[in-house]
Amino acid sequence: MTTFPATAREAVAGIADGATVMLGGFGAAGQPVELIEALIDTGAGDLTVVNNNAGNGDRGLAALIALGRVRRIICSFPRQPDSWHFDRRYRAGEIELELVPQGNLAERIRAAGAGIGGFFTPTGYGTPLAEGKETRVIDGRGYVLEYPLAADYALIAAHTADAAGNLVYRKTARNFGPIMAAAARTTVAQVRAVVPVGGIDPEHVVTPSIYVDRVVRVEAP
Amino acid sequence: MIGTDELAALVAADIPPGAYVNLGIGLPTRVADHFAAGSGVVLHTENGMLGMGPQAHGDDVDPDLVNAGKVPVTELPGAAYFHHADSFAMMRGGHLDCCVLGAYQVSADGDLANWHTGRPDDIPAVGGAMDLAIGARETFVMMTLFAKDGTSKLVPACTYPLTGVRCVSRVYTDHAVFLLDRAGGVRVRELFGITLDELRRRVPVPLDAGPA
Repeated sequence: MTTFPATAREAVAGIADGATVMLGGFGAAGQPVELIEALIDTGAGDLTVVNNNAGNGDRGLAALIALGRVRRIICSFPRQPDSWHFDRRYRAGEIELELVPQGNLAERIRAAGAGIGGFFTPTGYGTPLAEGKETRVIDGRGYVLEYPLAADYALIAAHTADAAGNLVYRKTARNFGPIMAAAARTTVAQVRAVVPVGGIDPEHVVTPSIYVDRVVRVEAP
Repeated sequence: MIGTDELAALVAADIPPGAYVNLGIGLPTRVADHFAAGSGVVLHTENGMLGMGPQAHGDDVDPDLVNAGKVPVTELPGAAYFHHADSFAMMRGGHLDCCVLGAYQVSADGDLANWHTGRPDDIPAVGGAMDLAIGARETFVMMTLFAKDGTSKLVPACTYPLTGVRCVSRVYTDHAVFLLDRAGGVRVRELFGITLDELRRRVPVPLDAGPA
């Protein structure tokens, strides 16, 4: 059952040192900045973070990295013009990077949420990112074995929740939200609006409430 | 030699009407400006959208609507949004007709290198490059033919870390367009102000100039 804590700080309660935390977002679009700021306030560290990127600018994931709370990051595209906090920690050997092709990252997250034990993907076959991994030729095509990627917590941003905990997103801010919600033991969503049950057409629900544990409303920036 | 816009127009003219297309970051994004009116080409952006419109400016900028390069864009009528796993299933599943990517190097048999210089001090970033390279039905590369030091970027074997194996079918460059059969055969389709002899002197790959 989805609960509706009053504050972002209550919404992220329980994230312990050493936890694996998925953070939604693609750059700034869909990044749950207020939840990440609340996570920073808890003081939790030694985290493994899963995100497409490694922080942009000085807020959100970038701030978490700047404060040295992230031991390991699993992502596809860390290097960006404004990823200076990650760049500094990485070059100093203070953060561990697991680089994953973007589609493999998404599918590994999806697989975890769907109870799949692993899958063979053509992406990365014959490249340095497949080194040391099991491969197989199926129907004449090369594939790489990839394993699911689960998390203790997912922090995501959606646009609207109903009081049952169903979510809809907005435009490309959807990105990793639906698959991360399914892949984490506890999923926390920040939303801009909470509407009564019935306020979202059941045909339009993107993430059903079964994947959503806590919802907190934050003011639209 | 031809300019970037001329080359982008050439790529656009080779993409069939109604195709579903992904344009990589950098040079390939210029192709979007050259589709004929009513071509019906639908642009895919791997962060989760079909029907991407031109870059957004001013009041049209919406932080929730960006392309794979995180540049604010617009949506066209008929656009659709979906999550990342669906977006990459579209590529991997062979539903995308074509992608156009930039490259550091392409080998004669169609290997692509475009994600990492391999220098130890570089921070690697792969993003969707590997998925696109092997996922689209046709992978076109758009690049300058020669590196700054004058060496050919069309090579017998890539020396940069690979993005995908035998995936590139066409290479559009400022000096020539090359068709690759992905078994080592490279045919020159057209030349831009360079003779075949000179091209053969500067590109260390056997070049076939006959008709297909």
